[in-house]
Amino acid sequence: MARFVRSISEVLVSATAILCLLLTTMAAAAPRTDLAIGMTIEPAGLDPTIAAPVAIGQVTWQNIFEGLVTIDRDGKIKPQLASSWEISPDGLTYRFSLRSGVTFHDGEAFTASVAKASIDRARAADSVNPQKRFFASVDTVEAEDPQTLVIRLKQPAGSLLYWLAWPSSVIVGEKSAANNKTTPVGTGPFVFVRWAKGDRVELKRNPGYWNREISVKLETVTFRFIGDPQAQSAALVSGDVDAFPEFGAPELMSSFDGDERLMTVVGDTELKVVAGMNNSRKPFDDKRVRQALMMALDRTTIIEGAWSGFGTPIGSHYTPNDRAYVDLTGVYPYDPEKARALLAEAGYPNGFSFTIKAPQMSYAARTAEVMQALLAEVGVTMIIEPTEFPAKWVQDVFTGRDYDMTIVAHAEPMDIDIYSRDPYYFNYRNPAFDTAIRQVEQTPDAAGQDKFYQEAQKILADDVPALFLFVMPKLGVWDKRLKGLWEDEPIPSNVLAEVYWTE
Amino acid sequence: MIILMIRRLVGLLLTLLAVSALIFLVMALLPGDPAAIMLGTSASADTLAALRQQLGLDQPLLLRYLQWLGGVLQGDLGRSHTYGVPVAGLITERLAVTLPLAAMAILLSVLIAVPLGVTAAAKRNGLVDLAATLFAQAGIAVPAFWMGLLLILLFSMQLGWTPAGGFPGWHAGFFAALHALLLPALALALPQASVLTRVTRTAVLDVLDEDFLRAARAKGLSRRAALWRHAVPNAMVPVVTMLGLQFTFLVAGAVLIENVFNLPGLGRLAYQALSQRDIIVMQDVVLFFAALVIVVNFSVDLSYLWLDPRLRSGKAFS
Repeated sequence: MARFVRSISEVLVSATAILCLLLTTMAAAAPRTDLAIGMTIEPAGLDPTIAAPVAIGQVTWQNIFEGLVTIDRDGKIKPQLASSWEISPDGLTYRFSLRSGVTFHDGEAFTASVAKASIDRARAADSVNPQKRFFASVDTVEAEDPQTLVIRLKQPAGSLLYWLAWPSSVIVGEKSAANNKTTPVGTGPFVFVRWAKGDRVELKRNPGYWNREISVKLETVTFRFIGDPQAQSAALVSGDVDAFPEFGAPELMSSFDGDERLMTVVGDTELKVVAGMNNSRKPFDDKRVRQALMMALDRTTIIEGAWSGFGTPIGSHYTPNDRAYVDLTGVYPYDPEKARALLAEAGYPNGFSFTIKAPQMSYAARTAEVMQALLAEVGVTMIIEPTEFPAKWVQDVFTGRDYDMTIVAHAEPMDIDIYSRDPYYFNYRNPAFDTAIRQVEQTPDAAGQDKFYQEAQKILADDVPALFLFVMPKLGVWDKRLKGLWEDEPIPSNVLAEVYWTE
Repeated sequence: MIILMIRRLVGLLLTLLAVSALIFLVMALLPGDPAAIMLGTSASADTLAALRQQLGLDQPLLLRYLQWLGGVLQGDLGRSHTYGVPVAGLITERLAVTLPLAAMAILLSVLIAVPLGVTAAAKRNGLVDLAATLFAQAGIAVPAFWMGLLLILLFSMQLGWTPAGGFPGWHAGFFAALHALLLPALALALPQASVLTRVTRTAVLDVLDEDFLRAARAKGLSRRAALWRHAVPNAMVPVVTMLGLQFTFLVAGAVLIENVFNLPGLGRLAYQALSQRDIIVMQDVVLFFAALVIVVNFSVDLSYLWLDPRLRSGKAFS
């Protein structure tokens, strides 16, 4: 009897052991389906169609909200809620074929009339869409039938398709639009669950997602907002956060070298760090002075000093991400001798003194310090005036245009046209440049636009309305088992539909 | 005495009213247009005007002040520009982090400082006294946010005992939430405790030479009993005064500590609202802080009555 009991208990013990083993291997075999993703800045509301901060799109764009068209990880325009489109030869009529069977998260059906209402809302008189200018050339929007949307333009807008892919152009539901700021409702692969203000936004998979070509692997997504770089690093190391696609501190990147679990990924962004000058104010109204200042700066030293060597030098307001990019860093390369000579020629043999209004962000403050040292080498004295961003900077520099020089990273993709905007804080006027930009808009096909984009870049590189310094890198830190995150950032975003865990 | 109290209360309300006017004026004078911050660098003038109208920023200053004040008196604190939700809800959510954090910090600092200070005084120039003095010096010299970073390095990153930051929310369970607050509370408490240790030590030393203590010893109480039953209660008035003052520092310190530990508390709300020029949130939060400090100071005054029976006659209370 005792023997029997013992053998029974032995069987039980080994059975339990096998079961435990099985369960653990099963648990190990099934990949995780949750993701905690870190961001530096908390979005101001969750509706990208009524406020500008990029953090809004980084949570919602392509996750909750979708557009008629979208931008893929290579920056190319791809169909989304519109499956195809035709552009009339004169570039004035856009006829979109819309997908059927698409519903919003609240059940509202997506039709041409919803798309029309969404675009009309963005261009209405009382619209607060931060990119309302995108729709300035739109004359009428028409729902021809439930599956066809026709946009007619007053004048050609060659960038319209590209603009329609932006977060500020996403299609919102008629019933839900008013509440998107707090409870966003879209057509995307993830549904909004909860926003614990100041801490996190939670999303879950949309089981009724229309796009069957994508198999969404993540069940739950949590965006965590952690401003302090040290706290970001701590959250990554302790595993509280799985990924920080835009890690805040380049000087801490090397601390992840050799980490067993985490990897670092350096990609490109659209963030152009430029030191804008007041082109209507002496001595910056003299092109030679601007060119001389450009030659006084060694971009490599600046990138080293300001961003621990991460970043790509640029010679114009354009990034290697962008189509038709030309490397123009050689137009006015670092040459302090020539810089001094050119300054003397412009009437400043002993240099001059000016003030830079530098925002508090670390990239700006550090770049300003390196520039100060480099400019001193050619006899130019630069006084650094810390300027609170965004509030005071917008008031003094952007709106007031009361400044000599400033420094800021321009986040909007393909925004070279800002140098032709009037008013704009550079106070830069060049009819040749304006023509190049106008020709871009008058050319409906992308290939034809390239020529004008290149021309525009070359004009800026020679004219130096701003000191073109570098493109900020996308410093990603994430778990090695995590796949599918974008390495580059052709538009500020965190597209999670195709992100999954291996193992 | 009741009349004195009422007079004191009316004074409090008038102070709050003056504070509200001051806050409103300062916020109005701050450079920066909330609409321009929300809409970024590509918005045209008419879009900015549309948003300003939506936010009510196009109205005259005095009207905006009266509307705000009227709302506050009726319990309506307005709606946040950035979050789009009522500020009252935001503050309540954040209080669920900041109040327990402050309470834990005060509790920890009392638990550390009072025994340490009393023992240091009782055994003057002894080993404990030396340790207490060192602790007090170091604690005053080390700022709370740096202490926070050191604690994270040790307890979260090296030992893995506590989360490195963030707050799971009270719905995640009482102990999980408490666990998340422990490290930041300690970071806040240590510098406070060092100050409090010094105050306690000095206060106890002051009463140790008093006649009533000699009398207590003469009637046969042990050194220990006399110390805790007679000396410590009599030394508490300066300690409580200090605690009241420290509460103000705790609130200020919470702004930094909440950023270091990434806690969604009131301090971080204030910081975010300031950088976003979410004016209505700023006004409400600062007014709330002001009210809190005033109420705490009032409670400290009341506690003297309880600690020192002589004051209950009302003569010394003003």
